[in-house]
Amino acid sequence: MLIFVADADVSWEFSDLIEAIYSAPTYHLVFEGCLILFIVGLLFQHSFLPSKRRGGSGDRLSKAEEDQLIAEWQPEPLVSGDPADEALLASYQRCATSQVGRSVTYSDGRTLVNFATGNFLDFIGEARIRDRALASLRHYGVGSCGPRGFYGTMDVHLHLEEQLAKFYGCEEAVLYSYGFSTIASAIPSYAKRHDIIFADERCCFAIQQGLEASRSKIIRFRHNDTAHLEELLQRQAEHDRRNPKKARVTRKFIVVEGLYVNCGDICPLGELVKLKYKYKVRLFVEESASLGTLGATGRGICEEAGVSVQDVDLIAAGIENALATQGGFVVGTKYVVDHQRLSGLGYCFSASLPPMLAAAASEALTMVDEMRGERTARLKSVSDRLHQRLLAELDNLWSVEGAPMSPIKHLRLHRCTGENSLPALEAACAAAADAGLLLTVARYVAQDLGQPAQPSIRLSVNCNHSDSEIGSLLDFLKSYATGLAKK
Amino acid sequence: NDHSEEPTPYIEAIVTYISYVLLAVFGHIRDFLRNKGFEANMIATEPDRTKSFVPLYQNFESFFTRNLYRRIRDCWNRPITTCPGAEFEVMDRDSPDYGWTFRYPGSTTRAVNFGSYNYLGFAESSGYCADAAVAATEMYGCGVGSSRTEVGSLNIHTQLERAMAEYLGTEDAIVFPMGFATNALNMAALVGKGCCILSDELNHSSLVLGSRLTGATIKIFKHNNPADLEAKLREAIVYGQARTRRPFTKILIVVEGVYSMEGSIVRLPEIIALKKRYQAYLYLDEAHSIGALGASGRGVVDYYGCDPRDVDVLMGTFTKSFGGAGGYIAGSSRLVQHVRQSSHSAIYGASMPAPVAAQILTALSILLGRAGPPDEGKRRLRQLSVNAQYMRARLHQLGLIVYGDRDSPVVPFMIFMPGKVAAFARLSLAHGLGIVVVGYPATPIIEARARICLSAAHSLDMIDRSVQVIDKLSRLLRIRYSRRQPPDWTRDRTRAWAEAQLAEFSRPLAPTHVASSANGVALIGA
Repeated sequence: MLIFVADADVSWEFSDLIEAIYSAPTYHLVFEGCLILFIVGLLFQHSFLPSKRRGGSGDRLSKAEEDQLIAEWQPEPLVSGDPADEALLASYQRCATSQVGRSVTYSDGRTLVNFATGNFLDFIGEARIRDRALASLRHYGVGSCGPRGFYGTMDVHLHLEEQLAKFYGCEEAVLYSYGFSTIASAIPSYAKRHDIIFADERCCFAIQQGLEASRSKIIRFRHNDTAHLEELLQRQAEHDRRNPKKARVTRKFIVVEGLYVNCGDICPLGELVKLKYKYKVRLFVEESASLGTLGATGRGICEEAGVSVQDVDLIAAGIENALATQGGFVVGTKYVVDHQRLSGLGYCFSASLPPMLAAAASEALTMVDEMRGERTARLKSVSDRLHQRLLAELDNLWSVEGAPMSPIKHLRLHRCTGENSLPALEAACAAAADAGLLLTVARYVAQDLGQPAQPSIRLSVNCNHSDSEIGSLLDFLKSYATGLAKK
Repeated sequence: NDHSEEPTPYIEAIVTYISYVLLAVFGHIRDFLRNKGFEANMIATEPDRTKSFVPLYQNFESFFTRNLYRRIRDCWNRPITTCPGAEFEVMDRDSPDYGWTFRYPGSTTRAVNFGSYNYLGFAESSGYCADAAVAATEMYGCGVGSSRTEVGSLNIHTQLERAMAEYLGTEDAIVFPMGFATNALNMAALVGKGCCILSDELNHSSLVLGSRLTGATIKIFKHNNPADLEAKLREAIVYGQARTRRPFTKILIVVEGVYSMEGSIVRLPEIIALKKRYQAYLYLDEAHSIGALGASGRGVVDYYGCDPRDVDVLMGTFTKSFGGAGGYIAGSSRLVQHVRQSSHSAIYGASMPAPVAAQILTALSILLGRAGPPDEGKRRLRQLSVNAQYMRARLHQLGLIVYGDRDSPVVPFMIFMPGKVAAFARLSLAHGLGIVVVGYPATPIIEARARICLSAAHSLDMIDRSVQVIDKLSRLLRIRYSRRQPPDWTRDRTRAWAEAQLAEFSRPLAPTHVASSANGVALIGA
C-alpha cells in the first residue's frame, strides 16, 4: 500500500525535472550513473544459487548420464545378513504363563525363583494394586486414545503427577508413558547444540540416546570419579575464562544415575552437588533403579545421600521397576519441569499413559509412602546379606560388582573357572533354569558406550526373597562354577 | 483420489499475519510492564540457589509461550473424567488470571468426543475387549519389569505378534509398548551413517527424531508429491553424499499412511512404483490408517489394493484404532528378526503390559471376525467409513475449507486467525462438542485449524447435531472461507445415503457383551 501525502503547494512538471538534472552537481550525476550500471550488471550476472551449481564443475549431468548412474547403483540389502543370535532370539520364545513376580511359571510347567527382573519391592501380584487397576479399567477402558494436549489427559494423570510431586517434596511432576523415553526426551528439551554435558561413562543407554538427541558436546568422566569430573570442569572453566562472551550463553549439565543399572553402584551425590555450585553446572539425576530402593523411606538417592531435593535440578525415573507398571516421570521445580510440557517430545507427541496403569502406579506410590521404608529397609538388608555371602562363599568362583546394599549386582565368572564369555554365561542361565532359578545376562546393543568390557549376569534382588531362596541361588552358583573349574 | 486442499485466501492470510503482529506488539508491551514491575509477574522464575547459573531458557524461546499460548491455553490439555468413547465428560476449569493458573470447580461438561483417536470405537470400559483385559490383569498383573530380550516375554506377546502378522499379510511382526518409541528407537536398527532418508515434509515428530538418531543424511520432499520425491531420489543416487561424493549405501523413503494434521492419504501406488524403479526401501507409518482405512481395515495398503510385500517396513500404532497403546513393526521375517536383535526398545525397555496386549488382541480378533457378534468388525469399519464421508460432505457444504481425502477419518477445517481459534474451541465445548484445535508450531503459523476425528462409535444423529452446532458457530465466527463449490462427490453423501449403507447392520452399536472363555484371552490361530 502506498500512502500519498498530497501537498498542494508542490507539483512537479516535466520541465522542472529536466532543469533539476542540469542543475545537479556533477559528482551526483556520476554516482547515480554508476549505480544504475551496477544494477543492470547484477541483473545479467550468473545466478549463484547452490542448487544450480551441483557437481562442482557447475554443469549438470545429462539425463542419459543420470540414468546410467541410476542403473549402475547397487544398494545394500535393508537388513544385512547378520547371524542369528540364537540365545537372544530364544528369550522371545521363553514365555511366562503366570505373572512375573517373585516366582514365575513357564509353559513347560516349571516354576522358577525370579532373580532377573526389577521387581524390587515385590509389588507384582499385590492385590491392592491389581484391584485399583481393574477398577480404573472398568471406568476408563484401556487406552487413553490421544496425547496429553488433545483430550488424553485424564484426572488419574493429574492426580498421579500431584502425588509424585508431593512424594518427592518438589513443585511439579510430568508423567511420561514409557520409562526409556523419559530421560531420552528430558535431556534434549534443555540441552541444545552448543551446550556441554558431563556424563558418567557408565550411564545407561536411555541417557545416551538423550545425549545424542541433544546434539550438545558430551564429555564423559570416569565412573563415579568426582576428582576426574572436577578436573574436566576446571578445564572447562579455564576455557570459559578465555571466552566469557560464549560462556555466558553455554549451558552446562551433569547427568548421572542414582543407582547405576550397568554397575550396581551408587553415585556420590553429595560431592556432585558441591561441584554443581562451585562450577555452576546443572545436575540431572536418573533414578529408575533408585526409586523405592534407596533412602530411608524409599525416596531415592537424595534421601540416601542426605541431600536436599531442591539441590538437584531434575530427577527423571522410569516406574517400570519398583512401581511395577509402565511409564516414567520427571520431577523438580516448576521453573525447570514445566518446560517439558511443551518441549518434551515424548510427552507432547505421544499418547498418554493408559489410565489403568497410571492408577496402578498411583496405588503403588501410596503403598511406598504408607510403608515408610519398611520394604526398602528389608530390600537393603537382603541385598547386603546376599552380597556378604557371595563374597564369603564364592570369592574364587564368581566376581560380584555392585554396592553391598544395592539390589542390582553383576556376576562374572572368575578367571580360574574359565572364560567369562557371553555364551558361557548364557549356558549358566540355562542351567540355572534347570535348578529352579531364573537368571538373565545383561543385554546391550552394540553402540552402547556404557556397557562393561566384560559381559555379566545381572542379579536383581526382591525384598521378599527368603533365606532359603538365596541359599539355593548360592548353592547353584557354587556347584555350577565348581563344575566348570574342574573341566 | 478425491483430495481437497484449497490454498489460503490472500485476505485471510494478511489478516492473520496482522493478528500475530498485533499479539507480538502487545506481548512486548506486557513483558516490559512485567519487567519493570508495573504488572504482577506470574512467570516461574529461577530459584535463588541457581540464579547465578547460565539461564536455562532464552528469553525469546519462551516469548511465544508466555504471551500467545498462555492466554488461550485452556483450549488444550483439557482433562476428562470418563472413558474416551463417543461422548465424554470434560472437567470444567476457569482461570482467574488469564491462563496462568487453573481452578477446578468440580463440575464436568458432557460433550461429543471428536478429539480422541478412537476410529473403530474400541475405547470401551465394558464388553469383550475389557473382559479380556481384566482377565489378563488378573493373570499377569500390570507390569513385567524386564525387557523382551531378558525375561519379559509373555505368552500373550507371541500371540499378538502372530495375529498382527496374519492381519497385515506379512511374514512376522514385533510389538512395542510405546508408539512414539517404536519410531524413535527402531529406525537406527535399519539405517545408519552413509544412508539417505527421504522424509515427507509433514512427517510426525517421532519419525523426525528417529531419522535424526540414525545419523543418516535426511532430505525432505514436498508433502505427498511423487514428482518431487522422484527428483530427490534421482539426485540422491546420482550425486551421492554431499562432501565425499561416495554413493549412499541405502535409501529409505519414510511416509505416513494418513497425515493427522492434513487428513491426506499417502499416494502409495505411485511411491511403490518409484521405490521399485530406483531400488529404494519404503518405511510406512500407519499410525492413523491401520484399522481405519481399507475394506477390511488393513490400512492404506488394503485401501489401494497393493501388495504388503512391496512395503519393506510396515509400522503402526495400537493407540488409535485398537483402543490400546504401543506400536508394531511388521515385514519379512528377516527384517523382524533383525529388529528383535538390535532394537533399542526390545533390549532396554520393559515389555508391553498384559492388559494392553489383551485389549489389542481381542480387538484384532473382532476385526478378523473370530470373536464378538457376527460381522461386528465389518460393521465398525463400515460405520467409520460412512461417518467420515458424511461428516466431510456436510462440512464442505457449509462452506468451510476442509482439507484431506474423502475416505480419511481425520477431517481438519481451517480457521486461520488465532482469536477465532480460541473462540471456536471455547464455544464448541460450551455447546457440547469436544473438538481439537491446532495451531503453531504443529501447523504453519497462519494455518491454524480445527480437527475432527471420526469414530465408529459416533451415530448419525450425533453427527447431525454436531454439524448444526458447527453451522451456527461458523456463521458467528465467519470461518466459511471456501471460495469454491463443494466437491461433486459431496452431493450424494446425504443422510439417506448413510442410512442405506448401514442398513445391513441394523443393530445399534452397543458394547459387545459376549461370555468370555475360561481365561478370557482370545487365542488366534493357536
